[in-house]
Amino acid sequence: MYCIRNLAAGARALAVAAFAFGLGLGFGGGVPAQAADPIKLGFGMALTGGLAGNGKAALLAMQIWAEDVNAKGGLLGRKVELVYYDDQSSPAAVPGIYTKLLEVDKVDLVVSGYATNQVAPAMPIVMQRGMVFLGLFALAINEQFNYPNYFDIQPTGPNGKVELSRGFFELAMAQQPKPQTVAIVAADAEFAKVAAEGARENIKKSGLKIVYDKTYPPATVDYSPVVRALMATNPDIVFAASYPPDTAGLVRAANEVGLKVKAFGGAMVGLQFAGLKTQLGPLLNGIVDFDYYVAEPTLNFPGIVAFVKRYQEKAAGAGVDPLGFYLPPFAYAEGQVLAQAVEAIGGLDQAKLGEYIRKSTLHTIVGEIKFADNGEWATPRVLQIQYQSIKGNDLDQFKKPGTQVIVFPPEFTSGTYQYPYADIKR
Amino acid sequence: MRATGFWLALAAIIVAALAMTELVANQYYYFAFYVVLQYVVLATAWNILGGYTGYVNFGSAGFFALGAYTAIVAIKLFAAPLPALILAGGVVSGLVGLATGYLTLRLRGTFFAIATLALAVVLQTLVINWDFVGGSRGVYTMRPAVPVLFDSYIKLLFVTMLLLALAAIAASRFIERSWIGRGLAAIRDNEQAAACSGVPTLRLKLFATTLSGFLMGAAGAPFPLYVTYLDPSSAFSLAYAVNSIAMPLIGGTTSWVGPVIGALLLATAQQVVTVTISSAANLLIVGLLLVGFVILAPEGIVGLWRRLARGRRA
Amino acid sequence: MLDLLANAIVSGLLLGGFYAAVTVGLSISFGMLDIVNIAHPAFVLLGSFIAYGANAAWGLDPILAGIVFAPLFFLLGGGIHRIYDASFARRGEESLRGLAFFFGVLFITEVSLVLVFGADYRLVETPYSSASLTVGVIGIPLRLLVPFLVSLAMITGIQLALDHSFLGRAIKAVAQDPLALRLMAADPVRIKEIAFALSIATASVAGALLIVIAPVEPSLGRDYIGRVFAISVLGGMGSLQGTLLAGLIIGVAESVTATFYGPSWSPAVSFGVLLLVLALRPAGLLGR
Repeated sequence: MYCIRNLAAGARALAVAAFAFGLGLGFGGGVPAQAADPIKLGFGMALTGGLAGNGKAALLAMQIWAEDVNAKGGLLGRKVELVYYDDQSSPAAVPGIYTKLLEVDKVDLVVSGYATNQVAPAMPIVMQRGMVFLGLFALAINEQFNYPNYFDIQPTGPNGKVELSRGFFELAMAQQPKPQTVAIVAADAEFAKVAAEGARENIKKSGLKIVYDKTYPPATVDYSPVVRALMATNPDIVFAASYPPDTAGLVRAANEVGLKVKAFGGAMVGLQFAGLKTQLGPLLNGIVDFDYYVAEPTLNFPGIVAFVKRYQEKAAGAGVDPLGFYLPPFAYAEGQVLAQAVEAIGGLDQAKLGEYIRKSTLHTIVGEIKFADNGEWATPRVLQIQYQSIKGNDLDQFKKPGTQVIVFPPEFTSGTYQYPYADIKR
Repeated sequence: MRATGFWLALAAIIVAALAMTELVANQYYYFAFYVVLQYVVLATAWNILGGYTGYVNFGSAGFFALGAYTAIVAIKLFAAPLPALILAGGVVSGLVGLATGYLTLRLRGTFFAIATLALAVVLQTLVINWDFVGGSRGVYTMRPAVPVLFDSYIKLLFVTMLLLALAAIAASRFIERSWIGRGLAAIRDNEQAAACSGVPTLRLKLFATTLSGFLMGAAGAPFPLYVTYLDPSSAFSLAYAVNSIAMPLIGGTTSWVGPVIGALLLATAQQVVTVTISSAANLLIVGLLLVGFVILAPEGIVGLWRRLARGRRA
Repeated sequence: MLDLLANAIVSGLLLGGFYAAVTVGLSISFGMLDIVNIAHPAFVLLGSFIAYGANAAWGLDPILAGIVFAPLFFLLGGGIHRIYDASFARRGEESLRGLAFFFGVLFITEVSLVLVFGADYRLVETPYSSASLTVGVIGIPLRLLVPFLVSLAMITGIQLALDHSFLGRAIKAVAQDPLALRLMAADPVRIKEIAFALSIATASVAGALLIVIAPVEPSLGRDYIGRVFAISVLGGMGSLQGTLLAGLIIGVAESVTATFYGPSWSPAVSFGVLLLVLALRPAGLLGR
């Protein structure tokens, strides 16, 4: 008896579950698109979990873009609608989200979520349908996929991992006296490892000697043992590739331990955002770090200042990074690239869109973009920023020029590179 | 008769699934069902040890990831085909499961649970520092060309995971009803008393840990092909450890149906909210569902059902 | 070389003291009451964000804020225990079921933090954030020293209270023999509720310490789950001195490994230590 009841219970619950499943998935099911229907732009974005800080800021930028486009009457006379889901910072959620977007929601255009881990799982799905796919800061991903309709909006150029730290080492090697040794410290995670690999290539070219080269787990709490251990090897330069919590940990530990080196910084993620900038304040002085946009007069692309201002007005309400420098302008630019292509070919044919984006110069708030064959910017534009004369923990100083001085590349330089790091007042 | 019914049902599900791959073109369903079925395997595997035997495994993510990374090694070294990946992932995880079985000699209850958690952390650290499988940088796995029988790779993955889930269910049902299940239940209720009355406790526990590990590893093996890019933090994600415990609890731990129902419900709910609610609130709903279910159905849905059935008859 | 070792040990001890503060609440709920509160780190994060909010709004010192808000956490803990008790404890088999319950609570807390504070990293700047003491060759950052001392004071305080008050002894007794307690005219459910509330109250202070030491974001608590359960078990279930000792051991193990072998291996070392201890002495270092 017991077993039969058991089985019956199971069968009934199964039926209920299957029903619920079908009901849930049928949501927003496929109605054929008509001319008056909106053009749907689909993506998954991290709104919870570790990547959410960036994901939510990117989402806000996309929303501002959609608002702008719709205010001008939309694309091809149709409104633009964003269809997006929370990927929970989990790559495992991405394949489901993108197939849902493409097969159930029938979106017309897709862009990626934030960073490599979330872009890669979407690639096979997008490739299978030949969709144009704009990546949001995936590092060197097309090495694996070789997909002609993939374009990444991150300005790291065709050889991203090397380009990311090229400026850092060129600046350091121009110091007098010349540095001889370097320590590399990197987080045990994708971006940091790739950045460290790129740094090693630059180091090989520069003739520096590596005296310390270690990685640490991202959940590390106290970084003073790491900093002490690398200091014991007496490096002239410390190259760090880190994520926000460890960036803060390393900067504080460097300050507490009294890091005496000629140059410090590199590929530290986190300093690009208001949270760490304001909290670390003067401790940042002298650090050189990569960046893609800061409020310096040499980066005056049409529309960027207005965008950043609008973003900053909305940021508080959306609970996102109040500055909006690093990622949001590029998320907005993604929308502009798609819009320009759609308007130019007068339709949504993916092959033609891809063709257009590959061949044309695209006008965006982050400047004119031309893509190389592998879908990266043809001409890289990785900035090296030196934090200078920061006083206190006030946010407004970062909205104005002067605290985040561009020291590389020469065509955008907005101030002088100060060295050695150890002598700069903090 | 009952047994025949069960096997007929399994056969019907397989036929239905194959028919579905012919009739349903919308690939979203395969992606979604794959994840749900993967949790059916994990929850069933967890329950063989946790529900039947009473040993709580906190480290399911470790076994799952072990299967996934074994698959990576097999792909890199031999370009092994999918069935071989599953077998290899299962065997390696099963062996580690066997090793944890010996831990049960000394560790019970909470201590065993924490030991499995520690094991998962140690395994993760090893993977992070092993560059051959991508290390902390992660590794890409390109799906092979579309297989002959299906017109897309995800359909193959879906059918594979379905077969795996049915196999796990059949095994779990067989154990529950055989002398093995009674022996395991005796261990759960009172291990010493079981040993005194002649139950071969160690052998049974080793069997349970090994089988449970094998199934979790087998569930993990196709994962690299599903996700294309595997990195340690997603392979060892907390979600696997906790879901594989929460699902049997929601369904009911004493019978094979419990974890299946729990996995179907919870995994489906997670899938549905992920693709219907475009805000952080999706996790909130999953949280509320979990809390609601365990409060309202303290013996699982199977238990609730039984209670209702009893009430009606009285 | 010796300098490095001395510094590594001191850093490890300071860090370990902080770990103990994060774990002590779990040692009460999990160790003494057998409540598998997997959401404890999420409550610690809640404490961090409240300290952050109080600091941002009123300029209150974060640790002071942690102490000021502890009574609120106490009430929250009491409320959660009521739900928990009504739903599970009266029916038996609660600890496993509670795990699923607290997993849900973990999600709810995390998402509430995202919705209220946003998903960005937050940290606070205090007068002791960037100062450090130097004793001989050893540098002691105040950022770690202050949390260490506060943690020590908190754990000692709780230990004294448990040893010397009727309520404290009742809490220790409730885990072992609820029936005897009932005979002494004390209500075990009430005692458990107070103990659980206390465990959540420690999360307020621990959260404040966390945000002094490192930046936080809402999902950071997940990183601590493994660590806090490991420390709690390593120390011996329900033993507060054991928790402190285990925290210090894990801290020193991590710090020394990071200094001499590369930080990448430190989790394997600390969890390896745990596996070893479990295999040799399953009741933990100072288990009862």
